[in-house]
Amino acid sequence: MTERTQYDIVVVGAGPAGLGAAVEAARGGARVCVVDQNPHLGGQIWRHRDPSVLPGHARRWLRRFARSGCDWIPNAGVASVADDGGLLVNNMDGARRLRAGALILATGARERFIPFPGWTLPNVLGLGGIQALVKQGLDVRGRRVVLAGSGPLMLPVAATLARRGARLLIVAEQASAGALARIAAGMWRTPSRIAQAVGYRVAFRTAAYKTGTWVVRAEGSDAVRSVTLTDGTRSWTLECDLLGTGDGLVPNVELATLAGCVTQDGAIVVDAMQRTSVPWIFAAGECAGVAGQDVAVLEGRIAGLAACGRDGEARALRGARDRARSRARRMLEAFALCPGVRARVTPETIICRCEDVPAGALDPDWTAREAKLVTRLGMGPCQGRVCGPATCELMGWDAQVVRPPVQPTRVGPLVDLLRERRP
Amino acid sequence: MTAPEIEIIVDGEPLRVAAGTTLAVALLNAGVRAFRTSASGAPRAPLCGMGTCYECRVTVDHVVGRRACLVPCVPGMVVHTADGDD
Repeated sequence: MTERTQYDIVVVGAGPAGLGAAVEAARGGARVCVVDQNPHLGGQIWRHRDPSVLPGHARRWLRRFARSGCDWIPNAGVASVADDGGLLVNNMDGARRLRAGALILATGARERFIPFPGWTLPNVLGLGGIQALVKQGLDVRGRRVVLAGSGPLMLPVAATLARRGARLLIVAEQASAGALARIAAGMWRTPSRIAQAVGYRVAFRTAAYKTGTWVVRAEGSDAVRSVTLTDGTRSWTLECDLLGTGDGLVPNVELATLAGCVTQDGAIVVDAMQRTSVPWIFAAGECAGVAGQDVAVLEGRIAGLAACGRDGEARALRGARDRARSRARRMLEAFALCPGVRARVTPETIICRCEDVPAGALDPDWTAREAKLVTRLGMGPCQGRVCGPATCELMGWDAQVVRPPVQPTRVGPLVDLLRERRP
Repeated sequence: MTAPEIEIIVDGEPLRVAAGTTLAVALLNAGVRAFRTSASGAPRAPLCGMGTCYECRVTVDHVVGRRACLVPCVPGMVVHTADGDD
């Protein structure tokens, strides 16, 4: 790991947006450091232990980054941000301080889970979680898998599982057939997307694909054994070894919130040049509103250019960015959650997995803060990253207050840092 | 892709895994069910697979609370899961 501590630009996140930002910023001569919590580059979508299997554009960006001269700190998160550009970077070996002239947040998105009875059982996994683990070598051969959730992620996950030899029993999308037909109708503008969707479907052709269908509960003792699905009128139960679920994506805005950046509807607010409300901080990609990898790369590049004052070049990319964003918006609207998904929560259903807080313990008249004080909701290691989006959807509660460190940090390194500061 | 195998120690037993595997995948492939035990005593295992949910945390080389989905396996690593608490 490099010992440099002063950078023109620090990028948080090494996915499509972070790589786009770092490459553009370094091309202009800036000293750039990328901090990412994974051992491999690429973020959730381009991360792979064998990059040769990635699509061409992903390999190109990874190559450009390798040649860019940027520093890269893997396995590390930014635990706090100070107004003077000071960052506390934390990894398994300890903590260190960096100073950034400009900060580009490319912190991505995570999955949203609307809880259901049994969702805490082992072998109930997020859709993105299954995708990530299978890419890392999870053996799914011969295993009976149910996918029941929502969003564009379902098809590629189904295809991956089928190609890796899983026995995919059903792919259940909660959005209605009518809503999905509207996206399909809009796809004539981009035929490559139709081809991609057809390719995924061919890969998992032996499994049923049902729309307007969602999971109501999972059962098992030491791991999931069966899943009950419903289409709103009829319910049926399938025995399975693995359940993949997830209800769309939510932006990761914790670091931005800590730094004082304004957010709206759960995403970081940015201007046309990807500037947040804090002058030295930019945001790009999913953390500024979920819109997929094409938007992420473009926004990252714009942020990287604008952060070095190359506004002319950044402006040239704005048209493409705006078109890609509006395409993504139209598509995501089709996946709005149906009321049945919210109604599956029973009083016994665990909402906060860290503290085992059931839905029945939460009073709808409370604020999020009251719920936290009374029940410990959101006070465990994930700091509300899983239950926060759920209670936002179910109770209408706002995201919780964010305090440093924004991720669990070992006490030893923190104490060392404090000691260092004293004369 | 056939990666060379390395050996790690899981709940006192040696486990051979492909080099470069993340610990979460190694444990799931080995049939580990409870990575940790929840506040009310229930078994828990990976959910998000990307470092957000902290459900896959295990003890690695005496450090508690390591997220197995973010930790690459290295030779000789000593891992303790809730499955080993029986």
